[in-house]
Amino acid sequence: MKETQALRKVTIHFAGDSGDGIQLAGSQFANTVALAGNDLSTFPDFPAEIRAPIGTVSGVSGFQINFGSEEIHTPGGRPDVLVAMNAAAYRKNFASLKPAGVIIVDPAGFDKKNLRLAGYDDEENPLDNKPADYQFYEIEVTRLNRDAMKDVDIPPRDRDRSRNMFVLGFIYFLYNRNLEVTLNFLEDKFKTKPTVLEANRKALQAGYNYGDTIEAITRYRIEKAKLPAGEYRNVTGNQALAMGLIAAAKKSGLELFYGSYPITPASDILHELAARKNYGVKTFQAEDEIAAISSAIGASFGGAIGTTGTSGPGMALKTEALGLAMMLELPLIVVNVQRGGPSTGLPTKTEQSDLMQAVYGRNGETPIPVIAASSPSDCFWAAYEATRIALEHMTPVIVLSDGYLANSSEPWLFPKAADLAEIKPPFRKETGTYLPYGRDEREVREWAIPGTPGLEHRLGGLEKEDKTGNVSYDPENHELMVKTRARKVALVAKDYPKTELIQGPDKAEVLVLGWGNTLGAIKVAVGEAINQGLSVAQLHLRYINPLPDDLGELLSNYKRILIPELNDGQLVRIIRDKYLVQADVLDKIQGKPFLAEEILEAIKKMVNYGE
Amino acid sequence: MENEVKLTAKDFSSDQEVKWCPGCGDYSILKQMQSVVPELGIERENIVFISGIGCSSRFPYYMNTYGMHSIHGRAPAIASGLKATNPDLSIWVITGDGDGLSIGGNHLIHLLRRNVDLNVLLFNNQIYGLTKGQYSPTSEEGKRTKSSPLGSLDHPFNPLALALGADATFVARSIDRDPKHLRDILAKSHLHKGTSFIEVYQNCNVFNDGTFLNFSDKKLKDQHIIHLEEGQPLIFNQGKQGIRLNGLKPEVVSLEEGFSANELWIHDSSDATKAYILSRFFDDTMPRPFGIFYQEDRSSYEEQMIAQLERAKEHMGEGDLDDLLRGSRSWTVD
Repeated sequence: MKETQALRKVTIHFAGDSGDGIQLAGSQFANTVALAGNDLSTFPDFPAEIRAPIGTVSGVSGFQINFGSEEIHTPGGRPDVLVAMNAAAYRKNFASLKPAGVIIVDPAGFDKKNLRLAGYDDEENPLDNKPADYQFYEIEVTRLNRDAMKDVDIPPRDRDRSRNMFVLGFIYFLYNRNLEVTLNFLEDKFKTKPTVLEANRKALQAGYNYGDTIEAITRYRIEKAKLPAGEYRNVTGNQALAMGLIAAAKKSGLELFYGSYPITPASDILHELAARKNYGVKTFQAEDEIAAISSAIGASFGGAIGTTGTSGPGMALKTEALGLAMMLELPLIVVNVQRGGPSTGLPTKTEQSDLMQAVYGRNGETPIPVIAASSPSDCFWAAYEATRIALEHMTPVIVLSDGYLANSSEPWLFPKAADLAEIKPPFRKETGTYLPYGRDEREVREWAIPGTPGLEHRLGGLEKEDKTGNVSYDPENHELMVKTRARKVALVAKDYPKTELIQGPDKAEVLVLGWGNTLGAIKVAVGEAINQGLSVAQLHLRYINPLPDDLGELLSNYKRILIPELNDGQLVRIIRDKYLVQADVLDKIQGKPFLAEEILEAIKKMVNYGE
Repeated sequence: MENEVKLTAKDFSSDQEVKWCPGCGDYSILKQMQSVVPELGIERENIVFISGIGCSSRFPYYMNTYGMHSIHGRAPAIASGLKATNPDLSIWVITGDGDGLSIGGNHLIHLLRRNVDLNVLLFNNQIYGLTKGQYSPTSEEGKRTKSSPLGSLDHPFNPLALALGADATFVARSIDRDPKHLRDILAKSHLHKGTSFIEVYQNCNVFNDGTFLNFSDKKLKDQHIIHLEEGQPLIFNQGKQGIRLNGLKPEVVSLEEGFSANELWIHDSSDATKAYILSRFFDDTMPRPFGIFYQEDRSSYEEQMIAQLERAKEHMGEGDLDDLLRGSRSWTVD
């Protein structure tokens, strides 16, 4: 007897060896539920090593998806369902599973060897002693999949490679999804490899059919989410960021140049852009991080929009050139997809610990606008806005993303090209007297491009005389220039829209102030706190530098400010410094995003403390 | 091109006061550059000088063209980005032995292998001048300076061998004290499509005076210099001596004692192996070659970049922003 139970949302965590095809299965599931109309959020979590030791806990690759018929803001906290392809995946993830959760395991992944590699003692097999209250599906995936491969002309060593599709097929059955999206994907991916295509197709179908043969099984139905009407697509942060740069270049009529050196987790931006040569995008894989930003500065000098992307260690290397760009007052976009630091740190894990570096990390008085993206799709808007500011204010701009946003995905109500705001760079076209460092009322200088007759001029990193740009060591002039450059950046805030709360009352006990990837988790936490009757509101910052002009007044309406950050407390120091308000940090430095429950708990503590 | 006013060296001189030390070799190089550019037939607005940091790197301030005095060692990278987006510009990278071979060594070799169409002038004075006299990556071993009071332990770079090793497509040497030769090499480097690498021996009369005396002193230079001329035998010392190749081994022979010009090495700048052997004429046993060591016709980086973009547009069609935003799998919520 098969029952179907309706659910509002579900969190599934796929886990297995880094060679098990977990990311592929997870992203296929995400595409399928998205097309079926659910809202969703995903979070891939993989080891830094390409092929970490097989069967060990450190080699476990994970992909979590939270989807539902309601609005989804995070990839979910504790999963409802754990798919564990081997003992290590089980060991790593069992503890975080929800009580009474569903567990899908392949006993072949729990043989002696796998148990030993996962660090279980001799004779100890968690499947022999299953914790009560959990719903186990112990499915002989390896054996059943090999059966399905019987008629496929595939070498024995490759026949287990489609196990991920078998499991995916089973999950599709469980959640009442059809196989169409994945079948289409497989057909496209293995166009030239008919045997591999057949193997994967058979595995997927076999997994689905297997579900159908189980007598007593509960299937689940998750209705479509009520999302704003329009056309949607799935997008990851890095994809969205790359598109934001292309869109901004198109709308400003400039050529896009992206100089970059491969680094995790930013490389996908380079890959995305390199694949868009038919959009006129010029990508330059530089010899190092310094050459990457320097080449972008050269492109900007020449009237293109020079952009570069990296992560923390690369950002450190780019520092001197960033100072040059600021001194030259040329537009430039520098994307930092943050990862765990310091030094090489945790390359594949997320963190928000480069905020201070972005705002302050240069020699001399070197203010640079800093913009933070707050969700995968928001990376598009952050990149677009950063490019607008860079071009219209003739300044380098830093965009902060992070490993979580970069690799996570969500449905995106994407814009129409025609609806994107125009971008108007201050080009100098007419000949006549040109003062390279003459300025308009926003302190912005004119941009004269090499090749334009009559506007020949020299730029440099030495302090320059006001207006003419000639080298100057005059003491008063230096002070004037430092103050002028600072004022120019401060005036960027005049363009900002009014700062609006995300939710909650205009005056309250507590304001939860966030930036970057914490948006979703804070939304869930504050929403729940408000439901529980707590006096709390939520505000999220896009503009880190300069901060919005209306922020100070807004902050003064709350007794206490809670700032959740994936670092040891960075925005909190800037806020305290600038506004002298009572602000406390909720820090988390584990290479993982916040769970909503962690923030909710901190809100409760703060409200109680206030009483 | 009608109505064109013929520009002169003066038109290329900026309004900035030149601030090198009196007697510095840089003055001569600047002068030769200012007199060569009017001959090249490029409009002033299409010329850009990009430099890094060091004495030589002040150069762009003195040229009345577009220019950038950037940061230490990075001029090749900046110039690459500029050329990639503005392929019609004539770009000149001005660097020194410290800027180009020490802090910026990485960028230089990668520029050369990519073959971006620009010209690199490396002013080699074998010393750090702007920081007041430390040994440089081209200083000779054992050199005593403020930072090497007991003698430098560093083995010096051979800049031309390095450039050839990086597969540079135009490799030449000249010297500040031979204006005519320098002008000739500058003009030829401009004609070369791809990266032209020119090492210019430049005397630092304050911190390393006379280091190239053998190649500039009237009495000494005949014995120490050999001028490379295309298709001509390698003869020096006023026709008294020549170079013969014995297998791959070069030998100095006397033309006064039985050897004829027919037996000598004939200079062929398209021969990479011979160019390398010439670049190893680097000690006192051989005369020092000046001129074009090597040149090769290889497609430039930006040329290929543009061709790739064109091909992509042909195959995939000109990119449409709405198509990009929509992606391959979208769905509609009513």
